[in-house]
Amino acid sequence: MKEIKTIVVNRSAYADNDEEANLLREYLKDHGTFLVNLMSSPGAGKTTTLTALINLLKKDYRIGVMEADIDSDVDALSISKNTGVKSIQIHTSGMCHLDAGMTKSGLDSIDISDLDLVFLENVGNLVCPAEFDTGASMDMMILSIPEGDDKPLKYPLVFEKCDLVLINKIDAIDYFDFDMEKCKKTILMRNPNATIIEISAKTGKNINQVVNYFHKKLNSWRAD
Amino acid sequence: MHELGIVMHVIKQIEELAKEKQVHEVKELTLEIGEVSGVVKEYFVDAFNWAIKRTEHMQNCKLNYITIQAITYCEDCKQTYETVKYGKECPHCHSKKTYLVTGRDVYIKDVKVD
Repeated sequence: MKEIKTIVVNRSAYADNDEEANLLREYLKDHGTFLVNLMSSPGAGKTTTLTALINLLKKDYRIGVMEADIDSDVDALSISKNTGVKSIQIHTSGMCHLDAGMTKSGLDSIDISDLDLVFLENVGNLVCPAEFDTGASMDMMILSIPEGDDKPLKYPLVFEKCDLVLINKIDAIDYFDFDMEKCKKTILMRNPNATIIEISAKTGKNINQVVNYFHKKLNSWRAD
Repeated sequence: MHELGIVMHVIKQIEELAKEKQVHEVKELTLEIGEVSGVVKEYFVDAFNWAIKRTEHMQNCKLNYITIQAITYCEDCKQTYETVKYGKECPHCHSKKTYLVTGRDVYIKDVKVD
């Protein structure tokens, strides 16, 4: 029998994914395609918000959407029907998040050669998607009023990672015990650089502010 | 489910290493998993034992799972404390200007091979 030896690895479990994600960011930069990773709980309004946002952004950018779900293609169908932009569904085969490898396969199948801006709608979940770097150019999330103002305390990592936090369903705030100031304070404690915008995807309130945010973000990314 | 994703990434890296070093079989794998990494040990071990059956070099690999205690540092009083017990607020001076030092990572320490 051969001798057993020890190989010291000392490497993060996320190391290979982080490398792939950095390569993907460079690849996107070379192609001039800005990739947005959108995260939230199930039912926070990702698809409705994206629909409202894309309808205002599509005259300025060629947009694509990748919908990640464990199963079904209802979101991809809904986006393409309501916005007319190119959309595909990525199935994660039971996985609760996307990693950089899955994101790259998605980008290959949507074909980014004619796209300026791609939204990746991650699996509805506040824990796992935050752990894996997808290789996106920016991360954003949606927190909705019915979920409660304590979510940034319970799921700190996703709030720490996101450049943009949208607080959705503000048209329903009167019906819930949601302390807006407390919530914003907690988010900024976790992430002092976060931009927070209160919106209602249903009524369209403040979606124009999000549109302006993206114009600025894309301009500075292109100039960088 | 989150655990399965991490297991897959760990296995991928070890399988690549085994190929590179021309290893016959990976006998043991030692992982250091942080207390606040979000990993549930039972799920992780189940996912690991399921996933290694589909590998080339790790079919009989034993997993040594070491839990790393989460420690937080306080910027105001410069002391450390147990994160899981006290959370974000420093138990010494009640400051909230604190940050996590250890306990979030999932780290591949070493492998025993033949």
